Amino acid sequence: MQRRRSLPLTRYRVCFLALACMRAMPSVAQGALTTPSIMAPASTPAHEIYALSQFVLAITGAIFVVVGGLLAFIIVRFRERRTDAEHEPAQIYGSTQVELAWTVIPVLIVVVLFLTTARIIFAIQDAPEPKTALDVTVVGHQFWWEFRYPKLGIVTANELHVPVSTPSAPEPTYMQLLSADVDHSFWVPQLGGKTDLIPNHPNQMWMDPEKAGLYLGQCAQFCGVEHAKMLIRVYVDTPDQFAAWVKAQQQPGAQDAATAAGRHVFETEACANCHTISGTGAKGTFGPDLTHLMSRATIAAGAADNTPDNLRSWIHDPNTLKPGALMPAMQLSDKETDEVVAYLTTLH
Amino acid sequence: MSTIPIFADENWRLPSRGRVAMFCLIIGESAIFTIFVVAYVYYIGRSTYGPTPQILDVPVFNTICLLSSSISIMLAERAIDRGRIRNFGAWWGLTMLLGIVFLTGTAIEWKRLIFSDGLTIRTNLFGTTFYSLVGLHATHVIVGLLMLSLVMIFTLLGRVEQRHAERIQVLSLYWHFVDAVWVVVFTVVYLVGR
Amino acid sequence: MADQTFPIPGTLDAGRSRGAALLEWLHSWVVTVDHKKLGILYMVYALVFLLVAGSEAVAIRIQLAIPNNHFLSPELYNEFFTMHGTTMVFLVGMTFIFGFGNYFVPLMIGARDMAFPRLNAFSFWMTAFGGLFLYFSFIGGFGLYGMGSAPDVTWWAYAPLTAKAFSPGHNTDYWALALIVSGFGTLGAAINILATVFSMRCRGMTLLRMPLFVWLMVVTSGDTLIVITPLTAAQVMLIIDRYLGGHFFDTQAGGSATVWMHFFWIFGHPEVYVLILPAFGIASEVIQVFSRKAIFGYPAMVAASVGIAFVSLSVWAHHMFTIGMTSVSNAFFALSTMMVGIPTGIKIFNWVATMWGGRIRFATPMLFCTAFVFQFLMAGLTGIMLAVAPWDWQLHNSYFVIAHFHYTLTGSFVFCIFAAIYYWYPKITGRMLSEKLGKWHFWLFFIGFHVTFDTMHFLGILGMPRSIYTYQADRGWNTLNMIVSAGGIIQAIAVLILVWNMMDSFLHGAAAGNDPWDAWTLEWSVPSPPPAYNFATDPVVRSRRPLWDLKHPNDPDWKYER
Repeated sequence: MQRRRSLPLTRYRVCFLALACMRAMPSVAQGALTTPSIMAPASTPAHEIYALSQFVLAITGAIFVVVGGLLAFIIVRFRERRTDAEHEPAQIYGSTQVELAWTVIPVLIVVVLFLTTARIIFAIQDAPEPKTALDVTVVGHQFWWEFRYPKLGIVTANELHVPVSTPSAPEPTYMQLLSADVDHSFWVPQLGGKTDLIPNHPNQMWMDPEKAGLYLGQCAQFCGVEHAKMLIRVYVDTPDQFAAWVKAQQQPGAQDAATAAGRHVFETEACANCHTISGTGAKGTFGPDLTHLMSRATIAAGAADNTPDNLRSWIHDPNTLKPGALMPAMQLSDKETDEVVAYLTTLH
Repeated sequence: MSTIPIFADENWRLPSRGRVAMFCLIIGESAIFTIFVVAYVYYIGRSTYGPTPQILDVPVFNTICLLSSSISIMLAERAIDRGRIRNFGAWWGLTMLLGIVFLTGTAIEWKRLIFSDGLTIRTNLFGTTFYSLVGLHATHVIVGLLMLSLVMIFTLLGRVEQRHAERIQVLSLYWHFVDAVWVVVFTVVYLVGR
Repeated sequence: MADQTFPIPGTLDAGRSRGAALLEWLHSWVVTVDHKKLGILYMVYALVFLLVAGSEAVAIRIQLAIPNNHFLSPELYNEFFTMHGTTMVFLVGMTFIFGFGNYFVPLMIGARDMAFPRLNAFSFWMTAFGGLFLYFSFIGGFGLYGMGSAPDVTWWAYAPLTAKAFSPGHNTDYWALALIVSGFGTLGAAINILATVFSMRCRGMTLLRMPLFVWLMVVTSGDTLIVITPLTAAQVMLIIDRYLGGHFFDTQAGGSATVWMHFFWIFGHPEVYVLILPAFGIASEVIQVFSRKAIFGYPAMVAASVGIAFVSLSVWAHHMFTIGMTSVSNAFFALSTMMVGIPTGIKIFNWVATMWGGRIRFATPMLFCTAFVFQFLMAGLTGIMLAVAPWDWQLHNSYFVIAHFHYTLTGSFVFCIFAAIYYWYPKITGRMLSEKLGKWHFWLFFIGFHVTFDTMHFLGILGMPRSIYTYQADRGWNTLNMIVSAGGIIQAIAVLILVWNMMDSFLHGAAAGNDPWDAWTLEWSVPSPPPAYNFATDPVVRSRRPLWDLKHPNDPDWKYER
C-alpha cells in the first residue's frame, strides 16, 4: 500500500529530475570538451536548434506535468478501497464540451510549435552563402572522410580544419556533401545538425564556429561494417592558426633523402594505387590523401592514434585496428614496412 | 447464454465476405502497383544512357482486346445470373481468349524490344522500370487467366450452376481490377512517358 | 479432444497410448483452421521470438556496456541489431497482433470463426515460414566473414548499401525474401479480419457497437493492406536490382537512394501505427474493466483511431529530415507529424477520463495498462520533439531516437501485450496466471525499462549515434551505457518470470471460469477455454457492453449510449 501511494509521485519526481538534468547538460558538457553534446552549441545552426529545443522542452514538459500529474492523482484518488460500496461507479459515456476542449487546445499548441519550427527550418536551410565563406567539399567513403578545399588546392582526410567565424569577421564554412559509395551522415553535434551524404544526391550544410578548439563527431548513417569507426575531428582554428595550416597543407610532400627507400616502396608497391602523396608518383584516390599524414592526430578515421607503432600495425594488417576496413593487408616484409613507416612519419 | 432479443423483424444484412475480401485484395494490390508506377514516373527521362521510351509502339490492339474482355466478362456474369450456363461459358471463353491475345501481344512486343532494340531489364533505368511495371501487370493477367481457366474447366465439366453467380462476380472483380490497372499502366508508359 | 480448443492435461482417454494421443494432438495443431488454435500458434510464435530477439538485445547491451568491448565482432553486432529490429517488428509485433486478433475478434463480434479459416491457416504458416527462413540465415549461405549470412544492413536496409556491389553476400537477400514471404501471410490475415468484421457480426452489433479492440483491429488491418504492400514492392525491386541487374536504386546508373528511403518509410512509419493501434484497443478494453467504467467518448475514440491511420500515411519523411529535402518539404512533414499527435493525445485523454471517477482495481493487467498510459504520454512528447525538424537534425539516428521508439514499442506496445496476456490467458487456457508472479514481472520490467530507456535519452543528447558496435572511451558515454545495459538485464529477468508464470499456471493455476474479471464483452460469455464452436446460440446484442446489460437489467447501456 505504502509503495503504491508514493509511486506516482516518484515517477513525477524522476521525470522532473530528468528535465532538470537536461537543462544542466551544457555545464556538464562544456567541462569535457570531448563530449559532443547537442546542448553545448558552438555555432549558429547549433545555437538556433538549441534555443528551439528549450522552447519545445518547456511546452512538452508542461504537458507532461499536467497530464502526468492528473494520472498520478487518479491512481491515488480513485483506487479501489475495501470501504467502497458494492455498486459500480457512475458510468459516464462522454462529454462534448470536455472533448472539444481537449481537441482545440492541442490544435493550438501544434500551430504554435509548427510556426516556430518552420521559422528555424527556413533560417538554417535557406541561409544565403556570404562571399567570405570558406568552401569545403566533403566526400564520404567507406569508412573515412575526404575533405577538399577547392579554392585553396588542399585535399586532406578525416580531420577538418576550419577558421573561427565571429560576427565582426564572419567566415562560415559552407560544405558540399557528396558520397563515393553508400549513404553517410556528417554529424558534429556542437557545430550543427547532421546532413546526409548520399551518392548521386549532393547536399549542402554550413557552420560558423564561434570558438577555437577541437570538436568531435562521427558518421551518423549506417554505412557498413566499420560505420562505428568513421570518426570526425573538427579543428576550429584562429585566423593565424588557420593560415599557417593552409600554407603547410599546400606544400607538396616532404622529400627527405634519408627515407628515400620507404618512398620507393610506397611508389612501387600497391600503395600508390589507392593513395596520393603530392610531389610523388602516387596519385591514387581510393584511399585518403597522405601528403600531410603526420599533421593528423589519428589514423583510420579516428580508429587509432597516429603513432609509428599504430602505423606499422595498420600497414601490416588493417584488420587489427579496424576489422572490415577496405584497405587490404599489404603483405610487405618487415624491412619494407619499417621503411615505409619511416617515410610516412616524415610527411608533416 | 441468453441475450435480450431486440427487434424480431429487423433486417440484419451484412456484405458478402467474398466481396469484402476481394475489395481488400484489390486495395492491397493497388498499393503495390502504385509504388511501381511512382518509380516509373519518377525515373522518366533519368536514364543516363541506352534506349528511350521513343522506341515503344503504342499497343492499341492489345489494349482494345483487354478492355473488351471486361465487357465480355460482364456479359458472362449477366448470363450466369440468369442461369444461362451455355451463354456464360461462351462469354467466359471469349474473355479468356482476349486475355491470351493480350499476353501474346505483350510477348511479341517484348521480343522485339529485347532482340531488335536491345532493351532488357538491366539495360538502363527505363528498361528496369518498364519491364517491372508491365511485367507485374502481365503476371496479374496470368494469375487471372489461371483462375479463369479453372472456372472454364468446371463449366465444361458441367459443375457450374446459377448458384455460383456470386463467386463468379467476385472473380470478375479481380479481372476488372486487372483491366483498370492496365488503363493506368498504358497511360503512364505509352502516353505520358513517351 | 475434438470440442476442446485447449485440452486440459489429465483428460486424455485412458484407453489409448499416450504416444498416439500425443501425435494426434500435435497433428491437430498443424492442420487446424480454427481461429482460436491459430491465434494460439501466432501468440506462442511471437513469445518464442520475443525471447530470441530479447537475447539479441541483451547481447547488444553486453557489447555496449563498456567502450571498445570485444564481446561481439563488428560483423556479428551488425547482424544482431538488424535481426533484433526485424524480428521484433515482424515476428513479434505483427504476430502478437494477429494472434490476439484472430483469437478474439470472432469471439467479440459473436461469430463462430473467421471469414476464411483456410486462408487464416495459410497466412499463419506463411508468416511462420518467413520467420524461420530469416533465422536460417545465421547458418545458411556463405557469410563473407564467416559469421553466417544474417541480415546486417539495419532493419531499414538503405540503398545503395544493399546493392550487390556493397553487400555481396546473401545477407540482404534473406532479409528481403523472408519479409516478402511473411508479408503475404500478413496480407492474408488482414484481409481475413476485415472480411470477418464486415460480414460476420452477430445481430444487433452495428459497427458502432463493436468493442474498441475490434475497431482497432479493423483500422490496423485496413492500414496493413496499403502499408505492407509498398514494402513488398520495394523489396521486389531490390531483388530485381540484385539478381536481374535492375537499376532501381543503382546510383551509378541514375537510380536514386532516396527513392528507397521514401518507399521504405511509406511502409515503415504507418507500420509502427499498425503495431500500436491494437495495443490501444487492448488498453481500451482493460482500462474499462478495471476502472469499472465504460470508455469515455467511444465515438471520439473510433474517430481518433481512424484519424490516426489516415494521418499516419502522410508523415513518413520525418525519418528523412536530414537527407536534404527542401525546406518546404521538411516543414510539411514536421506539420503532419505534429498533427498525428492530436488524435493520439485525444486517446490518452479519453483513457484518463475513463479512469477518473472509477473504482480502479490494480490487478496485473491494469498495472501494465496504467504504466502504458504514462509511457505513451512520454513517447508522444519525445515524438513531438523529433517532429521539430531542426531538433531532429541533431537527434536523428542518435540514441534519443532509439529511446523514443522503444518507449513506443517496448513501453507502450509490449506493456499492452503483457496486459493482454494477463487479461486473456484465463479465457484461452481456463486457468488464472499467478498475481504474485505477475506483480514481480511488472515491477521488475517497469524498473528495468525505465533504467534503460530513460537513461538512453541522455546518450542521444550527448551525441551518441545508433548502429555502432562500439564507441570511443573519451566521449563521456561510458557510465550511461553501463546503466542502460544493467536495465536490460533486469528486463530479461522479468520476462523470464512471465514465461515461468505462463508455464506453471497452465498446470497449477486456479480455474478461471467464464468471467474472472467481471467484464462486459462477448468473449466472457462463453466457457474458458471456449468450445470449438464458440457460441451455443448466436448472440444478439443491443449495446456496446452486452454483458453489462445482462448484469444490470435495470440500468442497461442501451438506454444511455450516444
